[in-house]
Amino acid sequence: MSNSYLKTIDNDYYRQRLSGPLIFILLAFAILGTRLFYLQIIEGESYYTKSENNCIRLQRIPPERGLIYDQNGELLVDNRPSFDIEIVPKDARPYENVLPDLSRYLNVPKAELIAKLKKARGSAAYRPVILKRDVSRDVLAQIEVNRYDLPGVQVQVIPRRHYVQRTAVHLVGYLGEISGTELRKKGLKEYRQGDYIGKYGVEKEFENYLRGKPGGRQVEVDVNGRVLKVNVTEKPSPGHNVYLTIDAELQKKAESLLEGQSGAIVAIDPNTGMILSFVSKPDYDPNIFVDGMSHDQWNKLVNDYQKPLHNKVLQGEYPPGSIYKIVTAIAGLEEKIVSLNEKIECIGHYRLGNRSYRCWKKYGHGWMNIEDAIGQSCDVYFYQLGLQLGVDRLAKYAKACGLGKKTGSGLELERPGLIPTSKWKLLQTGEVWQKGETLSIAIGQGYNLVTPIQALCLIAAVANGGIMYQPQVIKSIQTVTGKSLFEAQQKAKGRLPASPKTLQILKKGLWEVVNKTGGTAYWHARDKTIEISGKTGTAQVISLKNQEEKEPQDKSRYEDHAWFVAYAPSIDSRIAVAVLVEHGGHGSSAAAPIAKEIIKAYLGREK
Amino acid sequence: MFDRRLIQCFDWGLLFLTLLLLGIGLIALCSAIFSANLDMTAANTALIMKQLIAIGIGMGFMIILLFIDYRHFDQWAYVIYFLTLLLLVFVLYHGRVVAGSRRWIVLGLLRFQPSEIAKLSVIIVLSHYYSKTITDQGLSFKDLLIPLILTALPCLFILKQPDLGTSGLIFLNASVMTWFVKVKKHTLMVIIGILLICLPLGWFSLKDYQQARIQSFMNPNSDPLGSGYHVIQSKIAIGSGRLLGKGFLQGTQNDLAFLPEQHTDFIFSVLAEEWGFVGSSALIVLYLLLILWILYIANGSRDIFGKTIAVGICAMIFWQVIINIGMVMGLMPVVGVTLPFISYGGSSIVTTLISIGILLNISMRRFMFD
Repeated sequence: MSNSYLKTIDNDYYRQRLSGPLIFILLAFAILGTRLFYLQIIEGESYYTKSENNCIRLQRIPPERGLIYDQNGELLVDNRPSFDIEIVPKDARPYENVLPDLSRYLNVPKAELIAKLKKARGSAAYRPVILKRDVSRDVLAQIEVNRYDLPGVQVQVIPRRHYVQRTAVHLVGYLGEISGTELRKKGLKEYRQGDYIGKYGVEKEFENYLRGKPGGRQVEVDVNGRVLKVNVTEKPSPGHNVYLTIDAELQKKAESLLEGQSGAIVAIDPNTGMILSFVSKPDYDPNIFVDGMSHDQWNKLVNDYQKPLHNKVLQGEYPPGSIYKIVTAIAGLEEKIVSLNEKIECIGHYRLGNRSYRCWKKYGHGWMNIEDAIGQSCDVYFYQLGLQLGVDRLAKYAKACGLGKKTGSGLELERPGLIPTSKWKLLQTGEVWQKGETLSIAIGQGYNLVTPIQALCLIAAVANGGIMYQPQVIKSIQTVTGKSLFEAQQKAKGRLPASPKTLQILKKGLWEVVNKTGGTAYWHARDKTIEISGKTGTAQVISLKNQEEKEPQDKSRYEDHAWFVAYAPSIDSRIAVAVLVEHGGHGSSAAAPIAKEIIKAYLGREK
Repeated sequence: MFDRRLIQCFDWGLLFLTLLLLGIGLIALCSAIFSANLDMTAANTALIMKQLIAIGIGMGFMIILLFIDYRHFDQWAYVIYFLTLLLLVFVLYHGRVVAGSRRWIVLGLLRFQPSEIAKLSVIIVLSHYYSKTITDQGLSFKDLLIPLILTALPCLFILKQPDLGTSGLIFLNASVMTWFVKVKKHTLMVIIGILLICLPLGWFSLKDYQQARIQSFMNPNSDPLGSGYHVIQSKIAIGSGRLLGKGFLQGTQNDLAFLPEQHTDFIFSVLAEEWGFVGSSALIVLYLLLILWILYIANGSRDIFGKTIAVGICAMIFWQVIINIGMVMGLMPVVGVTLPFISYGGSSIVTTLISIGILLNISMRRFMFD
């Protein structure tokens, strides 16, 4: 037999080679046939009974969501057991007969129950439909007693989110029922309709850590869907616990100080960047997002002019007012436009062209150096400084100080604020920058917008000698067994554009604000035991001209915003605070006392 | 030009078997999609439309293939093979991820799995190689090196997706073809020895979920909420069909939606529930007939390239049928292999119909060598 013979001619050789596979194939099919016979004929009856009511089912066991604590382990967010009434439409057969009774026990109109069942149609007929969540013990008892007349109805015990304390609500966030769009999202495959998911704040940001993994059980049920036997159970794994950097005691103190007002308070450890308190007022009760709220409640939240849902720490953009003079001072000193010993005279106003720009002090501050100008917040001094710097150079320093961009807190919805440049104005309005506008900018009015957290980061960096730390809100994340998954570490983002010499002058000025007669916060923030440094700010809400036109009926809406940023002790500071009171009036009278109370509470306790 | 003998020799039997299987597939698909109490929602009818379109495209390819002498594939074997490799590499980087595997190439409305095409390409390229190197002494190690590389490359790319089922299938097909062209006895022994050593190593290189799948097959309780549950429900569905079945659209296990893959990999259980032992054993007999028919075509072909291709395709269909039906009856691991002609899925249908086209082609040109 030659090879060419093999390649061309039909012969017995190949027939022979195919006979082996033939036997193998017949054997394999014989096995399939036998197995089929065994399943359908021999075991057929028993499988048939099992299939009659689809007796083997999977049930999901929802996981216990991770808890949220403050930095000292004080519990802020918990879970509590909730009894949900569900129905498996197929087991109820037909559910129309069950509904009248059920409607009575649950005290829910029949039409509403039908609507819920209709909505769930299309998903598998054996998937339970939630009829009412979180029923009371009385309702539960009634359902349990009458269970045998309610085929297909089951009670699920589900851990339900519970916000133990109404504190730091804007930071903690809330849960809500997963929406249709979220369900269709790619990353959220394991979620089911009716599941809860973090919608806002830390609850949303750390959803993956908090959530846990659902378990399940394989059960055998009877004709009415009642569980006869549990075959296997796979325990759910609970979510991980999150420890915030917040100090709950300080947080509550801060919240009480701002009660009844609208605004924000943030405090930070200037040496690490850990946020100590995070207050935005007014707030809301996060439990209503879990337990459900009426339309009225929702509308009230949304339409409230003080915007309770708004996170003012991150989202509130306000003109910085005089706290911006910190930036102007740094720029002036660094650009060598002024030095410590140069003095400028303030006569109560400054003339530029044919317009006069007023100082807040009508008759002027007289001759003063930069430290005094900061201490007494002299507008005229900073008008001249700003004018020599120009808007763009000033903007460069502002941005280097962390303004006009997000702070890197990593928190959702943070706004960048706004630091205008001449180019920006040209692009936005098509108009050329006016010199007079630079004057406004230099004292923090005009287009400038700053968020409370930006102001805080700036003052914290001044306090610690120029290091800009990333603000952080999570101290650690731990598994239920206490294994650490994440520990916060301080992260320096950069340095203030200020030399040690500049900072020294600036800090002296900020000290004078509180501790030297004539300082703007001398009467409002000075403390006998703790040396506080800070800067007041009063942000005009509407220009004076408008104010005259529209005689405000509700004064509280047109009053200026009050700022105070501070740190303490003045040397080796351990806390920095930013306070913003919306329409509070003067920074000195409205914001500074709040900051002082917080500092006292924090440092007083430390000793 | 067109030879009249081409029509005279046309393999009506194979075509008939194919159409019969496709028809059964559509019936099963209806059962899987419309359980008795569900409405005909648009999404569900769209599934059937898609399947019909896939059948249309597959038929189109099949008819075109009839007019191209299959021996052209012999010349183009490497080109086809390398194009396939390119697609497989492409899918690793730009493929769409579905259920954790990067398997799909999406071009506008067109979506397909290159791994399905790879099954055929490997058969063609190996047939080309073996038709040149075959000897009656059998192949030695040296001769087997190239086919090993030709098989391993696509297998590795597909494993990477990861798709254990398909790459295993390609490997099985290649083994059968190699065995068919004969390997030296000594060489065969050594290969078996090496395989025995490598098997444990292979086990540890599997992904966790793949290991879990095999484990759950060995002991369904080890994954009672996943594949173990699938197998239990699939067995209940099949068994509950008893002798005559529950009747068309009367199946109930379907309602549980327990199987995410009930219209793809687990479609046999739907069919067995509704048509009983009578229906499902008839289907198995049809598959047996088809496979024997293909062997007959291999036997009748007068050139070695045609023979090896036919053997390769025969192996492909055989393994898929055995693995798939074995899997839903709890005899095999749940590895995700489709049931040819029946499972929902365009790429699978088109590939199967292309291979039937090639077989028809081989069958009707068997006289060419007289």
